[in-house]
Amino acid sequence: MREKLEKIKEEALRQIEGSEALERLNEIRVAYLGKKGELTSVLKSMKDVAPEDRPKVGQMVNDARAVIEAKLEESKNSLARRIREEQLKAEVIDVTLPAKRNSVGHSHPNAIALDEVERIFIGMGYEVVEGPEIEYDEYNFTKLNIPPNHPAKDEQDTFYINKEIVLRTQTSPVQARTMEKGKLPIRMISPGRVFRSDEVDATHSPSFHQVEGLVIDKNITFADLKGTLAEFARELFGEETKVKFRPHHFPFTEPSAEMDVSCFKCGGKGCRFCKGTGWIEILGCGMVHPHVFEMCGIDPDKYTGFAFGMGLERIALLKYEIDDMRLLYENDIRLLRQF
Amino acid sequence: MNTALSWIKAYVPDLEVTAQEYTDAMTLTGTKVEGYERLDKNLEKIVVGQIEKIERHPDADKLVVCQVNIGHKVIQIVTGAPNVQEGQKVPVVLDGGKVAGGHDGGPLPEEGILIKKGKLRGVESDGMMCSIEELGSSRDMYPKAPEEGIYIFPEDTPIGADAVEVLGLHDVVFEYEITSNRVDCYSVVGIAREAAATFDKPFVPPVIKATGNTEDIHDYLKVSVEDTDLCPRYCARMVKNIKLAPSPEWMQRRLAASGIRPINNIVDITNYVMEEYGQPMHAYDFELIAGHEIVVKRAKEGDTFQTLDGQERKLDGDVLMIHDGEREVGIAGIMGGENSKITDDVKTMVFEAACFDGTNIRLSAKRIGLRTEASGKFEKGLDPENAETAINRACQLIEELGAGEVVGGILDVYPQKKDQRRIPFDPEKINQLLGTQIGEAEMLGYFKKLDLGFDEAAREVLVPSFRQDLERLADIAEEVARFFGYDNIPTTLPSGEATMGGLSYKLQVEQTARETAQCCGFSQSMTYSFESPKAFDKLRIPVESDLRKAVEILNPLGEDFSIMRTVPLNGMLTSLATNYSRRNKEVRLYELANVYLPKSLPLTELPDERMQFVLGAYGNMDFFVMKGVVEEFFDKAGMKRKVHYDPQAGKEYLHPGRQANIVYEGQVVGYLGEIHPDVADNYKIGEKTYVAVLDMPSVQRFTTFERKYEGIAKYPTMSRDISMVVPKNILVGQIEDVIVQRSGKILESCQLFDIYEGAQILSGYKSVAYSITFRAKDHTLEDKEVNAVMEKILHGLRQMGIELRA
Repeated sequence: MREKLEKIKEEALRQIEGSEALERLNEIRVAYLGKKGELTSVLKSMKDVAPEDRPKVGQMVNDARAVIEAKLEESKNSLARRIREEQLKAEVIDVTLPAKRNSVGHSHPNAIALDEVERIFIGMGYEVVEGPEIEYDEYNFTKLNIPPNHPAKDEQDTFYINKEIVLRTQTSPVQARTMEKGKLPIRMISPGRVFRSDEVDATHSPSFHQVEGLVIDKNITFADLKGTLAEFARELFGEETKVKFRPHHFPFTEPSAEMDVSCFKCGGKGCRFCKGTGWIEILGCGMVHPHVFEMCGIDPDKYTGFAFGMGLERIALLKYEIDDMRLLYENDIRLLRQF
Repeated sequence: MNTALSWIKAYVPDLEVTAQEYTDAMTLTGTKVEGYERLDKNLEKIVVGQIEKIERHPDADKLVVCQVNIGHKVIQIVTGAPNVQEGQKVPVVLDGGKVAGGHDGGPLPEEGILIKKGKLRGVESDGMMCSIEELGSSRDMYPKAPEEGIYIFPEDTPIGADAVEVLGLHDVVFEYEITSNRVDCYSVVGIAREAAATFDKPFVPPVIKATGNTEDIHDYLKVSVEDTDLCPRYCARMVKNIKLAPSPEWMQRRLAASGIRPINNIVDITNYVMEEYGQPMHAYDFELIAGHEIVVKRAKEGDTFQTLDGQERKLDGDVLMIHDGEREVGIAGIMGGENSKITDDVKTMVFEAACFDGTNIRLSAKRIGLRTEASGKFEKGLDPENAETAINRACQLIEELGAGEVVGGILDVYPQKKDQRRIPFDPEKINQLLGTQIGEAEMLGYFKKLDLGFDEAAREVLVPSFRQDLERLADIAEEVARFFGYDNIPTTLPSGEATMGGLSYKLQVEQTARETAQCCGFSQSMTYSFESPKAFDKLRIPVESDLRKAVEILNPLGEDFSIMRTVPLNGMLTSLATNYSRRNKEVRLYELANVYLPKSLPLTELPDERMQFVLGAYGNMDFFVMKGVVEEFFDKAGMKRKVHYDPQAGKEYLHPGRQANIVYEGQVVGYLGEIHPDVADNYKIGEKTYVAVLDMPSVQRFTTFERKYEGIAKYPTMSRDISMVVPKNILVGQIEDVIVQRSGKILESCQLFDIYEGAQILSGYKSVAYSITFRAKDHTLEDKEVNAVMEKILHGLRQMGIELRA
């Protein structure tokens, strides 16, 4: 009996060893361990074994069964591994084949520049306020200290609808409207379209965008104006950016200034972007003129404030090195896709 | 304004700066220097030489060989110049030196032209004699220079001297950008005052001496001003025995550097004084002044007048004129008349220096269409005090230059001298405004440098007449800031009450529109708000349509930019057309832009500005993809209700069978469709083009960014598929409405999975198949419930003439 069992065992192990497929292993399992398998038939023939030997034989059968099962399991695992490896080998792809892209659209460079400006000022507690693009002369000029017949009305080349209504030449009328509402303090920026009667060329457009800002509170100083705009410049153009304030003149601010930033292309060494000066003129600003306060119903003895304004296209053109303003209004998809 | 540094230095004698230092410092105190030009650029090793001997060149007919004494030695120079003679003193470039340009006077090369010794046709030449063009200038600026050939110095010029120095070319011309409030700085004296204050050097303006003979101008001439509102001051002086001659070189040089061509002593003096004091002057021939009388008054409406350029000018009642005893002789502040023009035979002249109302001059010049150097100065609003100073300065120069005999006295009509303005001095407030701690004495020091007075008793700043821009504390705070230095003011951040920043709700909805459009592959475009009225024709908008009632610009840049858009599609289609013509494939654009709808025309109040969300695309696009983008946006904007589409949109610019109004909760909030092929042809777009337009104010009423978790369904769904035969004119939207209305709360979704017309289907009908899914929130649905709902649905459908397919 022992020899017979040994023989079965060895034969089973030999067959397992030679198996190349999972199905074959299964057949072997059935052939030896199944209901009609060889080991089972040995157990079935126990009745022929002397009763005292039965436990011993039973033990031997179980041992053989355990060995075969272990071997089957081992083979199955190694076979499965091999098959997985072959599968992986077969599934190798050329990872350099082209990507399948979702076509996602792009923001206009003006809008990207505006998003950045808005992000910076919203972070400083400024509200974004809009106003009408077709505006009363009174808000566009008079309330901003530009009385009728002031030469600035010529300088700005205004488009008129009639004597009282114009296409706004600046977004400052939004400031006048906000001041008039009388809710103080004010921290706001007003972005938007403005219009001036300039012929279209590489650096001019009769329609462009401005962002203007206004802060009004008690004890606002020129130093606050400098600090705020220096911070803005660093956020927009990089930590290393330096600023320079030059005296200037605007009817609605006094004192007034223009702010230059150190050239963000060359870092101030001088290049073609800054025309060799190391500085780029970026915005106009100043302390709100007391007369503007008076016209908008704010007491200039109690409140002070500062205002600033910049051209969005100018920032977009400089920042993204776009060399012709006309490109911004053509909407060629090949330009837009670069943003 | 362009001015030579040497002229500034004449009034700030201690000024010693490089051009760059000057540029930087002046700009930082508010007199912005736009740029500068060195007159001696590329002029190197050029001396005065005397031609001692001229011999013929042995091998060239057109060349001569000159022996030129340059002081310490004599050198040989070969030249082809036609005008050289022995004994002449000429500019000589030595070996290794440079000249600025060629003798033809063409554009100057950036690096100049290097001169080296060498042989000309075999004869040694050690340098070059130069023409005025080679020295980088022209006969306009040096009228004495010969038309062709070498520049000749006066006989008394020292041999061996620096020729550039002798020509006055060691100088820098600065170009300033003067702000409109600083009228005083449109003059050399004004800029010099700023320069003196900037560099803290003494300011030494010209000293104007008494002039005139023993006669009295009152015995010759009478002046009256009738319209004093337009002429606050009128000064006149007379000069007899005019001797016209060239002005001296120093005057010519200064004028030339300012870009003014020297003419003769009299013209040059008036130009010189205009530059120096910013005061335009005019001169009349005394003999041509009828009645020897000058009257300043408005023109008569409809008058015409011939100005001295020979042009007929139309006048109106607001134009101020200079009259003599009989007629008009000049347009005040703008241009003199042909009838009183100075000729070379003039013997006696009347000089006028006046102050005219700036606004009136500006508007008159604009209406007449004649803007002159003089009107440009007057329109800034000149200081009346300046008129007298300037006319006396001119007379002084006339005497000094021997250009004529100045008659004693001045005719000065100055009815109302302005009181000196006083501004209370409050140093604490100034520091509060600036955020500084500048001492009182320091502030007063700045004022003093600027010629502002100070009344110690009243503690008031006394504003001189030339600083009409200084009106109140903020203005003098700027003077303090300028000279304390904007750079020296600290940088702080505003303190005080915290404010909440952020986007308005409207802008948040627009932001969502942008994000959605971009996720769906649309790129952002921007187009002009004004367009041509022809756009209406291109868009097939009917003649009687209200959309044609657009806001018109009075003074547009041309018809193409003359009306404010009422439909946002012209810009979009133009952008798509641009892309199409450039062969860009599959273009998807969106724009957020206003249309401007007048409440009435002509405009009496501001129009309704309505933000439009416009989507446009061609290539790999159809109606339903566009519809998907719209619904995607609604979903993002919290609009979860079913969107309806009404094919009766009535848009002439869209395909009649492929357009729909977008309806949300019964409100039309926009429309979409395929561009009408005729319109596509008009824009030359050769592909099917789709647009969607959402009226954002309408949409915004339904948007919300509130979100609430509704749980994830726990109970299973139950589905039913139905296949129907539907009369062709019934829209699937109507079928869906029935399904939605009749299902009640348990409807989860209904999905169209087949639509078919053709064989096997009766003509006039279509086959439509839906898969309807039900789910209850709180229990597992049973067949019974679903069957009951299905029965209701089918009943509803049957009422519309729809049958289930067998």
